[in-house]
Amino acid sequence: MKNEKNERREFLKIAGLTTLLGLGGGAFDFLKPGQLDASSGHAEDSHDSHGGHGKEDKSKVRWAMTIDMRKVDGKVAQKAIEACHSFHNVPDMGNPKDEIKWLWTDSYHHAFTDAANEYIDDFLMNAPFLLLCNHCDSPPCVKVCPTKATYKRPDGIVAMDYHRCIGCRFCMAGCPYGSRSFNWREPREGLNGKTLNIEYPTRMRGVVEKCNFCAELVDKGQLPKCVTAVPDVLAFGNLNDPDSAVRQILRKRASIKRKPELGTKPSVFYLV
Amino acid sequence: MIERALQGNSKYWSWIFFLSGLIGIGFIAYIYQLSYGLGVTGMSRDVSWGVYIAQFTYLVGVAASAVMLVIPMYLHNYKKYGKVVIFGEFLAIAAVTMCMLFIIVDIGQPQRVLNVILHPTPNSILFWDMIVLNGYLLINIIVGWNTLLADKKDVPPAGWVKFFIYLSIPWAVSIHTVTAFLYAGLPGRHLWLTAIMAPRFLASAFASGPSLLILLLLLVKQFSKRFDPGYDAIQSLAKTVCYAMIINIFFLFMEFFTAYYSNIPGHIHGLEYLFFGMDGKDNLVPFMRVSLLFGFSGVAILLVPALRRNLKILAVACALIFMGTYIDKGVGLVIGGFVPNPFENITEYYPTLPELAITIAIWSIGALILTILYKIAISVRDEGEYLEHHGVEVEKSDEHHAIAHH
Repeated sequence: MKNEKNERREFLKIAGLTTLLGLGGGAFDFLKPGQLDASSGHAEDSHDSHGGHGKEDKSKVRWAMTIDMRKVDGKVAQKAIEACHSFHNVPDMGNPKDEIKWLWTDSYHHAFTDAANEYIDDFLMNAPFLLLCNHCDSPPCVKVCPTKATYKRPDGIVAMDYHRCIGCRFCMAGCPYGSRSFNWREPREGLNGKTLNIEYPTRMRGVVEKCNFCAELVDKGQLPKCVTAVPDVLAFGNLNDPDSAVRQILRKRASIKRKPELGTKPSVFYLV
Repeated sequence: MIERALQGNSKYWSWIFFLSGLIGIGFIAYIYQLSYGLGVTGMSRDVSWGVYIAQFTYLVGVAASAVMLVIPMYLHNYKKYGKVVIFGEFLAIAAVTMCMLFIIVDIGQPQRVLNVILHPTPNSILFWDMIVLNGYLLINIIVGWNTLLADKKDVPPAGWVKFFIYLSIPWAVSIHTVTAFLYAGLPGRHLWLTAIMAPRFLASAFASGPSLLILLLLLVKQFSKRFDPGYDAIQSLAKTVCYAMIINIFFLFMEFFTAYYSNIPGHIHGLEYLFFGMDGKDNLVPFMRVSLLFGFSGVAILLVPALRRNLKILAVACALIFMGTYIDKGVGLVIGGFVPNPFENITEYYPTLPELAITIAIWSIGALILTILYKIAISVRDEGEYLEHHGVEVEKSDEHHAIAHH
């Protein structure tokens, strides 16, 4: 518990300084001069500035999330969803047809369709799995987008440009995780009576949206809203740094990813 | 030549006004869709493409099928297609135009559609689809118009047109291949994730397009006083339809075999939903079975020479195959790809009235373009044959002579 808190502090410090220096992932090297030597060898042979899965190079940031399913119940999930949806002005359209969601829950069998184990323990069988964009290392949505309205940032976050999106919904067909929502009608209708967060834009109809790993907060050195809401359950950190919060957790705990056979390399890990 | 579209009898004008009425209704529906959003359609978070994209996919095939006339005519010098090839090219023009309109009405922010050109993204198949479709439209306008002009003056088409005629052959294959790639490269959509998607698209295209063309030519023959597409041309087209449809059904059988023999659930689900229903949800089952029935009976008729030679029965067979492939590709394929969704939930899709009104309007625009182009083509042909019948001395190319009297 205490350890995890320290990690969070560590993350905030690092991410904050990173942005302050405007250096992206490179700032990690400045922060920990002791480890610069150790990582410099890797830096030489990886000529792209992108961090990617399986690249042991902490100078390149690759954001990832772990979800401790042993600690998720309906209440916890609701808290995280509420934090996310209210911060991003995610509308409640009131029906499944027009539904817009960034973070939501579904059962084990629906979340892990191709890894269906009928005899998994009762706890997981009944647990509400938190679902969101997987921020794939190899995102099919980015590949199919005809305007680069959805794109992968160097730190691995799959982001959206709501002003460039033409609303062709190719990304929705391309996403194997059902993570994307389309504004079938005026989204502000679904925000009636809710307090708008002026720090994040509301969308217009006719564009696609989804979880963005709170890129706008990460850039300010803050954790994603869902992680702040339930810090004991969710962790966020650099996958390329062996000492990061997520990597330390992943070393200790058994984890699964959704549909790994598709080669998309999701960055959301479920601790089971 | 365009002035010929402005001369017609009352039947012609009633037809034009009828189509304009349907277009008007669809236009109002589109204004409604623009003001409310795509929520006026039956599409949802789970089934995020519907009839618009399905029509688009089907019509790309109809457009590509012009190549089934161009290859015999220009590569094998099969002169009996001399009179009808222009109708294939004009059908392609109408079909590609409809394809583009179906894309436009499906887009959530149509005023941003030029972003596809402003921010070209070669890794997106949609980018390539835009290029090949526009290119194909241009090629067919160039070829169609120039061959018709040449026809009017009774000279063979200019040499440079030949280049575009030959170019149109691989280009036709490309439009339907690229359209298949829109679907076939998506991970996690098992119904679409199949290497025979493009071949199957082409097979069904070469069945549906020529069967529509046969029906259109028979109609044209009814309406035109003197124009006759030629019995042999119709019969050759019928054989093309028959072969292509058999290959199409064979490909469908291959899909069934791979899915069911491998017994991999994801691969079975799409077909299961479409042909048998899943979890009690079986909206499309009757349609898909009718599609199979139409396909099989169409082929059965075409396989019997005595039936095929009877133009009335042939028309029935062509209508069966056109509708069968329409249900298969214009309804089942696109919607089936979204069911079950990535969570293996089943959400069914019901097109709405505005959605259908817009769809009918775009088909009407296609019909209007086709009517005008065919009217011009027939007028030019009728005139040529009129002169000939009255013994007027006109210099004719050998090619034209060979097909003029049949």
